[in-house]
Amino acid sequence: MKYLDEYRDGAAAERLVAAIARTMTRPWTIMEVCGGQTHAIVKYGIDRLLPRDLELVHGPGCPVCVTPLATIDRAHAIASRPEVVFCSFGDMLRVPGSRGDLLQLKSRGGDVRVVYSPLDAVNLAASNPAREVVFFAIGFETTAPANATAIWTARRRGLTNFSVLVAHVLVPPAMEAVLAAPENRVQGFLGPGHVCTVVGCDDYAAIARRRNVPIVITGFEPLDLLDGVLRTVRRLEAGRAEVEIQYARAVRAAGNRSSQAMIDEVFEVCDRNWRGVGLIPNSGYRLRAAYRDFDAETRFDVAGIETRESSVCISGEILKGNKKPRDCPEFGRGCTPHNPLGATMVSSEGACAAYFAYGRHLDAMPIGVDAASTDVARESVR
Amino acid sequence: MCLAVPGRLVETYREHDVPMGRVDFGGVFKRVCLLHVPEAVVDDYVLVHVGFALSTIDEDEARRVFAYLEEMNRLDELEAGSP
Ligand code: SF4
Repeated sequence: MKYLDEYRDGAAAERLVAAIARTMTRPWTIMEVCGGQTHAIVKYGIDRLLPRDLELVHGPGCPVCVTPLATIDRAHAIASRPEVVFCSFGDMLRVPGSRGDLLQLKSRGGDVRVVYSPLDAVNLAASNPAREVVFFAIGFETTAPANATAIWTARRRGLTNFSVLVAHVLVPPAMEAVLAAPENRVQGFLGPGHVCTVVGCDDYAAIARRRNVPIVITGFEPLDLLDGVLRTVRRLEAGRAEVEIQYARAVRAAGNRSSQAMIDEVFEVCDRNWRGVGLIPNSGYRLRAAYRDFDAETRFDVAGIETRESSVCISGEILKGNKKPRDCPEFGRGCTPHNPLGATMVSSEGACAAYFAYGRHLDAMPIGVDAASTDVARESVR
Repeated sequence: MCLAVPGRLVETYREHDVPMGRVDFGGVFKRVCLLHVPEAVVDDYVLVHVGFALSTIDEDEARRVFAYLEEMNRLDELEAGSP
């Protein structure tokens, strides 16, 4: 397909890898923020193509992963009600709550439906006036215009049987949380390309300046990712902590003004709990007062549901870039995509799930190996 | 989750007073909301996420990485050519 296939060319990838190697004079650690990038990096083995001294660490950018267990349990409580048609993106279906996932709920008679677009949920509400249609509004800034537009449309069409369970999260506060951690190792970022098509680059320029890190807004295909790494390395080597747009075929510096206005119409910034990380101030969206009558948590009185997380899981450390899935004793053993213990195993964009999907648990090392033999093991997979 | 895919806009229409379009993703067609890309016209490539177009693809920018790679190839040839 146009604008996809040509960005997967192997020979071109080799050229970029060689250019990265030539540019580097010392080791660097770069974080890719977005879960879609993590998935592509592991799928195409890009981290293994890169020079040994360049480490890619995987960021917190998977909204499905970081949705707290309590929110998923609230979703399940709502979806179990007989009058409810519960609509969700497919990614959310297999995410287990404390008692099974949405798919199992469906097999027990719950009316759970996958929608491609949030507008499909609005149309369902219009064509089923006797039912309560609830949409699980999750995602980053990329998804916020779509979800906001759906809610705005439902209001314009006068639908009173439509509501939303909102669990929106924002990227910049999570990047700030990574950088603020005392153990932080991240020196530069591949910025989230699709998020920036919506919001533009201003917030990222501010982080780059304030925290003295280069941020290259990067696409999702192998050549985009390698080009993004090369540009980041160049900036690191030159000591230039600025924002640059690699993904310029889609991202404009100002973002998409119409989407921004729609987000602002429907949502306001709020504090959010991130699974594996905890509370991050000003890191999410909730409905503005004028749209609160669309809030499913109030409509179905589930705001009180709280749930405890597994205590063995180190996904918080992985989301912050301090650890890799292989550092977790449960990886591929007690914890698999079918039985995830934590955030980064629940969706294919989580680092643990991506490593598992592409067989990296098979070359996992026995627990307790020392650093030297770890390096040897790393070397042998290159 | 933030997956967005480029496709070619083949038709535009309005539905409940919202601009919509049919987009061709290599032979798979989907209905897409065009509310946030007022500049898009038929035959443009739009970047689509959960049924919404987020931006139009800029052809010139799309070629940039390849122009850069060609440049590298040329430099290599020059180097190879010199003793
Ligand atoms: S493998 Fe499972 S338990 Fe271990 S960090 Fe990843 S999600 Fe948590």
